Amino acid sequence: MAQASGGAARPVLEVEGITKAFPGVVANDDVSLTLSQGEIHCLLGENGAGKSTLVNMVFGLYRPDRGTIKVRGEEVHFEDSGDAIARGIGMVHQHFQLIPVFTVAENIILGNEVTKGAFLDLDSARRQIDSLADRYGLAVDPDATVGDLSVGEQQRVELVKALFRDADILILDEPTAVLTPGEVDDFFGVVESLTGQGKSIIFITHKLREVLAVADRITVLRAGQVVGTATAEGATQQSLANLMVGRDVVFRVDKAEADPGAPVLRTQDLRVADDRGVETVTGFDVEVRAGEIFGIAGVEGNGQRELVEAICGMRPTAGGRVEMLGQETTDWSPRKINELGVAHVPENRSKHGVVAQYTIADNLVLNRYHHRKFSQRGVRNTGAINAEAQELVEQFDVRTPGVDAVIDTLSGGNQQKVIVARELTGDLKALVVAQPTRGLDVGSIEFIHRKIIELRDRGVAVLLVSAELDEILSLSDRIGVLYRGRLAGTVNAADATREELGLLMATGSSEGQR
Amino acid sequence: MTTVEHAVGATGASGRVGLNRQSITGLVFGLLGIALLAGVAPAISGTSRRFNFEPPPDPAGIGFHPPTWVVAIGVLFLLTAVLGFAPPEARRWASPARLLSALAVIPLLLVLSLALSDNPSTNIVNLFNESLVLATPLALGATTGLWCERSGIINIGIEGTMLAGAGIGYMTYATIGDAQSTGWLWFSILISVLAGGLVAALLAVLSIRFGVNQIVGGVVINLFALGLTGFLRSEVIVKTGITTGVGTSEFGLPLLSEIPVIGDQLFRGKPIYWMMYLVVIGTWLVMFRTPWGLRVRSCGENPHAAETLGVNVVRIRYQSVILGGLIAGLAGAWFSMESQTRFEDNMTNAAGFIALAALIFGKWTPWGAFGGALLFGFSRALGTRLQFLGVEVSGFEIPSEFLQALPFIVTLVVVAGAVGRSIPPAAAGQPFQRSK
Repeated sequence: MAQASGGAARPVLEVEGITKAFPGVVANDDVSLTLSQGEIHCLLGENGAGKSTLVNMVFGLYRPDRGTIKVRGEEVHFEDSGDAIARGIGMVHQHFQLIPVFTVAENIILGNEVTKGAFLDLDSARRQIDSLADRYGLAVDPDATVGDLSVGEQQRVELVKALFRDADILILDEPTAVLTPGEVDDFFGVVESLTGQGKSIIFITHKLREVLAVADRITVLRAGQVVGTATAEGATQQSLANLMVGRDVVFRVDKAEADPGAPVLRTQDLRVADDRGVETVTGFDVEVRAGEIFGIAGVEGNGQRELVEAICGMRPTAGGRVEMLGQETTDWSPRKINELGVAHVPENRSKHGVVAQYTIADNLVLNRYHHRKFSQRGVRNTGAINAEAQELVEQFDVRTPGVDAVIDTLSGGNQQKVIVARELTGDLKALVVAQPTRGLDVGSIEFIHRKIIELRDRGVAVLLVSAELDEILSLSDRIGVLYRGRLAGTVNAADATREELGLLMATGSSEGQR
Repeated sequence: MTTVEHAVGATGASGRVGLNRQSITGLVFGLLGIALLAGVAPAISGTSRRFNFEPPPDPAGIGFHPPTWVVAIGVLFLLTAVLGFAPPEARRWASPARLLSALAVIPLLLVLSLALSDNPSTNIVNLFNESLVLATPLALGATTGLWCERSGIINIGIEGTMLAGAGIGYMTYATIGDAQSTGWLWFSILISVLAGGLVAALLAVLSIRFGVNQIVGGVVINLFALGLTGFLRSEVIVKTGITTGVGTSEFGLPLLSEIPVIGDQLFRGKPIYWMMYLVVIGTWLVMFRTPWGLRVRSCGENPHAAETLGVNVVRIRYQSVILGGLIAGLAGAWFSMESQTRFEDNMTNAAGFIALAALIFGKWTPWGAFGGALLFGFSRALGTRLQFLGVEVSGFEIPSEFLQALPFIVTLVVVAGAVGRSIPPAAAGQPFQRSK
């Protein structure tokens, strides 16, 4: 108590010497961490560094092999998350744990139901939710169906859900990954109001900018171990990145001025419907020229997926026209488009990028297995396939025990390198690439970015779709913002600012109207 | 450049008229409507027929002129078809019209079958009651499916669970109670219910504990029940020499059964039939109004989310599947101790599968499932009724097998169009593994 001067530093959560192993990997190795009352403690690290494993143990979803967890000075052993909730711990997962067909109120009370006699008492639940929403500035409508809400609203539901259970230790797992820049600012406001009312927060992220903006203290994890702790004042983006990766990181992607040539890929008034039949691309016009990277920024769900799938022939168009290399390719089959020299790195790696149960070699020739080089008279030439695969694995630095390993055994980053290796090989004229570095660590990101730039310099037209504004800004030559299925504006990357793009992404207009 | 613009305009405006469900349904109703107006109405007999409301002698009822009704329903169908292709402003009338047309199929079938028969009249209140009674095992079976699937376990073993309930319950009745005493009858019905629970527990262990594919697990249950009850019948039931016995007996609901004309026909029934209503109402209350029901539904939608809130998914799934099994056991007892008092091999005769269809039809809700069951019950009752009436088309008597199948086909096709797509619980069929 004596050292608690200045109101700070009463630990509400102490993690001491935690070790957790999964088959083949030590996810947490002797990790310790302290969270003080009213503090925002950032947990920083690359994918696979063990951040999620650590907080899942604090939240009772995993049980540690060794080490202790203390809540308000008292040692705890959680059997399930119910125990953690009972101790006042709440967690907002990276992938929201919501039930889309339930109402907001049903989602919030699930597991902690408000009852009158034997029955649910939704009226009094509504009142409690409204009062929580008022108190913390988290507007939610208890009667809305969660599946109809925007991502930002769903996140507020998750927060209210934790607060409804009287959580005063909140774990936020990559909460900003899905938000627009504007929503991120609002979110930081909410976080401040929470700590202002005495809540303590563990904030997981790998975005350095955010760490420096909100953290009181920072713990950096690498390969399951704590490699450093810092205060926000004493840290810079560069120092944190170096700690995270374990070597010096180059942030700027080196690239020369673009030298755009003739138009290669063009769409006119393109309209595409999503799986429910709703038109999510509503008249999209773009022209991408040889030797330039056209970046499409936008909040996810504004038609990116349908746009890319329609251009690549994976989804029928509902109107308009796609043109490549001077011919109309609207509703061509994916292979026909591919044979023109148009490569596609899909957004959904496991669903559209690889065949999970195939070997690396087979995955590497998925787009060319029928060529003379790899099969004759309907019989595969295994020798040629393996030789090609071996070469690509070396060239693209895929870390694997061998080309005959099943691709599902590789990490996400290495799987993505296999996809990139396959798609970027051959006589390319255009490349359509969606979320190329999602979920990858800094090292793989650097590598894939360099490959994309190389292609551009060879005169390939690149259409880049990404939810990461930083990626768009550092790679693109021109940037278009996709808003409700059409381009809200196009700017030269050299003149673009985060603020301007953020406004376009959120409102569809650079004047703003919020 | 101008040519390009041209081409874009052309493809944009003209191409890609997709045939969606609405327009297909519209098309079907349109063709039916034309067929009714142009083909059927002029062809059928113009002599007047009667729908009776009570049994003879001297029943109350209404007379009607068949061609008039056929024309009226045909016009309704055509209207529905036109609305299906109407401009967007008029579309909001399309959906109620489809529903109305789908409902009109039932009177249409009645009018047509009576017009084509030599009998001038038939009792429709009684037909409705038969539909409800025949819907009993289907509604119970659909409720079983509801509990299982809402908790995330697909149960195609409902058929086998019912059959086991029917066989084991009747065996108990025949061996212990001579199939003669009401006291033992109720004990045996209880045994049916428990047997259903036990069989469902087997499915639960297979699919929850061992993660066996749930479809495979259900098939195993069906084959197992068929073999087991066949064995029990030939080795135990037959050897008792008892072939039938005293089943459950009818009683009337107080007051309601006193209503003139319809009361005695609609509000008299046997106990399992009445229990079916209690089960449907109870299921609706528990599943949608209690905390436990909320948890069950969460396990069928997103078990991982439920787990993060401290819900014990494994336990909830066991409870729901076993509860469903108890209900299926009761449906089994209906076959061997209420509808008839004996046991035959494969006595349930695919009712468990029809119950699943009713569940899907009813979009995984208790009342929807009941409605689906009622529809299939009606199809079955009408099929039987058609055989009694003897339907002839230009002197050719239609085979009874066809008459039995016809109502099913017609109602399915037409109502499928009106009911539309139904979406199962998101996590149904997915094994759940607790985090470690």
